Amino acid sequence: MNYKMVGRIIALILALEAAFMLPPAIICLCDGDMTAGFAFFLSIVAALLAAAPLGYIGRSANQRFYAREGFVCVAFGWLAMSLFGCLPFWISGVIPRFIDALFEIVSGFTTTGASILDFVGDQPRGILFWRSFSHWLGGMGILVFLLAVIPVSGRSDGFTMHLLRAESPGPNVGKLVPRMRETALILYLIYIGLTILDFLFLFFGGLSVFEAICIAFGTAGTGGFGLVNSSIAGYSPFIQNVCTVFMLLFGVNFTCYYLLLLRRIRAVVRDEELRFYFGTVLVSVALIAFNIRSLYPSFEETLRHAFFQVASIITTTGYSTADFDLWPSFSKAILLSLMLVGACAGSTGGGIKCARVLLLFKCLKRNVRLLLHPQRVQTIKVSGGAINERVLENTNAYLSAYVIIMVLSFIIISFDGFSPATNISAVFACFNNIGPGLESVGPTCSYAGYGALSKLVLIFDMLAGRLEIFPILMLLNPEAWKHK
Amino acid sequence: MKIIIAGDGKVGETLTRQLSAENCDLTIIDSNQRVLESSIERYDVIAVQGNCAAMDVLKQANIQEADLLIAVTNADEVNLLCCMTAHGLNPSIHTIARIRSPEYAEQIYSMRDLFALSLAVNPERQAATEIERLLRYPGFLKRDSFARGKVEIVELRVDETSRIKNKSLIELNSIVGCRVLVCAVLRDGRAITPSGSFILRENDRIFVTAPSNNLEILLKSLGILTKKVSRVLIVGGGRISYYLANQLEKSGISVSIIEKDRDRCVELANLLPSACIINGDASDQNVLNSEGIESCDTMISLTGLDELNILASLYADHHGVKQIITKLGRLENSTMLDALPLGSVICPRELCCSNIVRYVRAMRNQTGAALSVHSIADGHAEAMEFRADSATKHCGEPLKTLKLRRGVLIACIIHGRDFIIPNGESSFSVGDTLIIVTDNDNIIYQLNDIFE
Repeated sequence: MNYKMVGRIIALILALEAAFMLPPAIICLCDGDMTAGFAFFLSIVAALLAAAPLGYIGRSANQRFYAREGFVCVAFGWLAMSLFGCLPFWISGVIPRFIDALFEIVSGFTTTGASILDFVGDQPRGILFWRSFSHWLGGMGILVFLLAVIPVSGRSDGFTMHLLRAESPGPNVGKLVPRMRETALILYLIYIGLTILDFLFLFFGGLSVFEAICIAFGTAGTGGFGLVNSSIAGYSPFIQNVCTVFMLLFGVNFTCYYLLLLRRIRAVVRDEELRFYFGTVLVSVALIAFNIRSLYPSFEETLRHAFFQVASIITTTGYSTADFDLWPSFSKAILLSLMLVGACAGSTGGGIKCARVLLLFKCLKRNVRLLLHPQRVQTIKVSGGAINERVLENTNAYLSAYVIIMVLSFIIISFDGFSPATNISAVFACFNNIGPGLESVGPTCSYAGYGALSKLVLIFDMLAGRLEIFPILMLLNPEAWKHK
Repeated sequence: MKIIIAGDGKVGETLTRQLSAENCDLTIIDSNQRVLESSIERYDVIAVQGNCAAMDVLKQANIQEADLLIAVTNADEVNLLCCMTAHGLNPSIHTIARIRSPEYAEQIYSMRDLFALSLAVNPERQAATEIERLLRYPGFLKRDSFARGKVEIVELRVDETSRIKNKSLIELNSIVGCRVLVCAVLRDGRAITPSGSFILRENDRIFVTAPSNNLEILLKSLGILTKKVSRVLIVGGGRISYYLANQLEKSGISVSIIEKDRDRCVELANLLPSACIINGDASDQNVLNSEGIESCDTMISLTGLDELNILASLYADHHGVKQIITKLGRLENSTMLDALPLGSVICPRELCCSNIVRYVRAMRNQTGAALSVHSIADGHAEAMEFRADSATKHCGEPLKTLKLRRGVLIACIIHGRDFIIPNGESSFSVGDTLIIVTDNDNIIYQLNDIFE
């Protein structure tokens, strides 16, 4: 294990995080909120103090960097980022207990949006901004940002690939252009561009600058922290529709946008994952709208709520305009299933990802055919290209790990005495980075009721969900720590 | 610069390593997903899987935007077709193809014009030419020529009986009797840029800059025999052996080739009527003995197996063969081989790659780029040739007042017809050719990069 290099990258992450804490600190000072401002100031100093020795150790790091260093860097980077990112909440006293503060920021960085705050609207603006900003940072990934702005290594070696693979979601991560730095830059430019567009729509839709920024951040990262307890329900139908559209857009694989910029429209239209994603959305909306038609006075309102909720859940954002906990069971069942599916690979959303669901379906189909013709040889193709068997193996392994972690988490958090529906939906919502679940953790409630152990389990679930399980599991494997 | 490399084999991989270190945007094409995977993980490149001569695949690799295509798959025809297709899709692209089949060797220049290739490389033929150059002066392990062959950097090993053993570099000039400069010393696998008080030890490999016409004096004064080679034993009958034997026959050197495969022997006997082709296994010492390993001047191991080449060369050394040349395909940079008496080591892949890298550098920076680049000291150092032009800084200033970067040395200044081995008082002016030796920590694109 190349500890020096890992240390150096984590030092860079912490330094970057300290820089990102400046805007919320400035907002606090402008509002005259000295307690929160001081909390941010202290957190910045703490992050820099931790970064300095790590950076000093890592200054002479050699270039030996393999897949496991990549995994460890990502896992540790996110842990370190969360530990220091929760300090403002804790020091300012907004969230008095450390574990709660940690839950909140992990929920932010992993773009979950599950909150332990019962009254969101009363909090200082700087704190609210930091919550939403964490979504935006976590959405595309802090290491991808690092790759875009800082030359991590002097010589341009391929090891950056291990970082991209470990942090970016999806079964088959690749670069857009030969240089990693340019790839990361393109991804972030698309991300920033879409976010600005979203902000403009929200701003001209009548929101204040602050509201528009925070909601745009939450939408872009597919996070879901709102500024008030009622999430988006209190805003005008126009704002709700803007959110619906942008949530869906941020759930699309960013490679598609790059191809669109290159005017390779046919490649985008033929993308099977994209078709699957939009197909699932449309079918779900139709079914739910039919199911809830008697709950709302007009057809427009029914469709709007159905669309918003489906978009919010499949992209794993977690905003809401209606309390879907009050909807009929059939609609709830569809929403719960969509939680598992998740957004496209290479987007900012979570869940199993459409690409993997597609692969799993095709694997299943192949295995059924194999029963009929045991000697048959068949490759699996997506969008015309053959998929490597190794990717299929990884996808299947991912699903096994996914199910096992889900079951174990469900059992552990059941100690706290909530109903099974609450518990299973809480695990679903955290592991898939969505946010709100059903019943006691529904759209209008919070996770404050869970005990410390359950919160730790859910924190683990959120991180494992965002980083696609394996980097986090890797930390638990003693073999990863042996000195080589 | 955007470069596409078609074929991710030995040469493709070496090119990827060298060019990605020079900040080129690389796209690699290969049909084997597994080798692509390992390249992606090691270098900052993007990969496309498929047949590199197919339009679809080339388009996927973004051929329309590319500046250069290097086709180095294992099939000549695929390389050619790949370059032709690329030209069709992007008329302004430069193309380099590897063409190694002896059947095409004679027509390589007409093919270059016919198919609009910018460069056609034949690693085996290049290796053969290199070996022939070494045969001309037995005693040098490697020769790199500069300034159109007027100046060379030669490699020598300081052995037990050498006159320059335990001598400092200042004493060297009086022993040698002509002005030469030791520009690098390879000791224990590390390259050192020596100063005047540096003491040479046994087993050091030294790199000496000297005008070509002084080479004979240098060898004589060092007591290294320069008897002309008259009998050469070649182990292995591959393509290099064919090219080499062909060239040696013309200069009247008698050649014996030992080859294991009977059919290949017949083929070679057809092609090389005056050479002695022996069908036998070179790992069998009896065969080597009966073919008179003790009486030959030079033994050259050119089989496809590095291990066998090493063994055969060791056996030749054991029998006191004066000049030994060993071809290595993969192990060329391994320091563990340093201690073995393998003689000159030839690596066709490195030769081919440095040729291509030189082309890339020249293309990238038309003005002020290196005229030629040679990798010396097992790749631990580079020797480059530059021409000083009006943009060059510090013209006419004595060298002692200049601040050069660490690890950079001006090995020779060629002023008109004079060769100047520089000292502190020397200076260069516009129009001079300079030979610069640098260690691997510096990447030098143009002459001005050598200054602090």
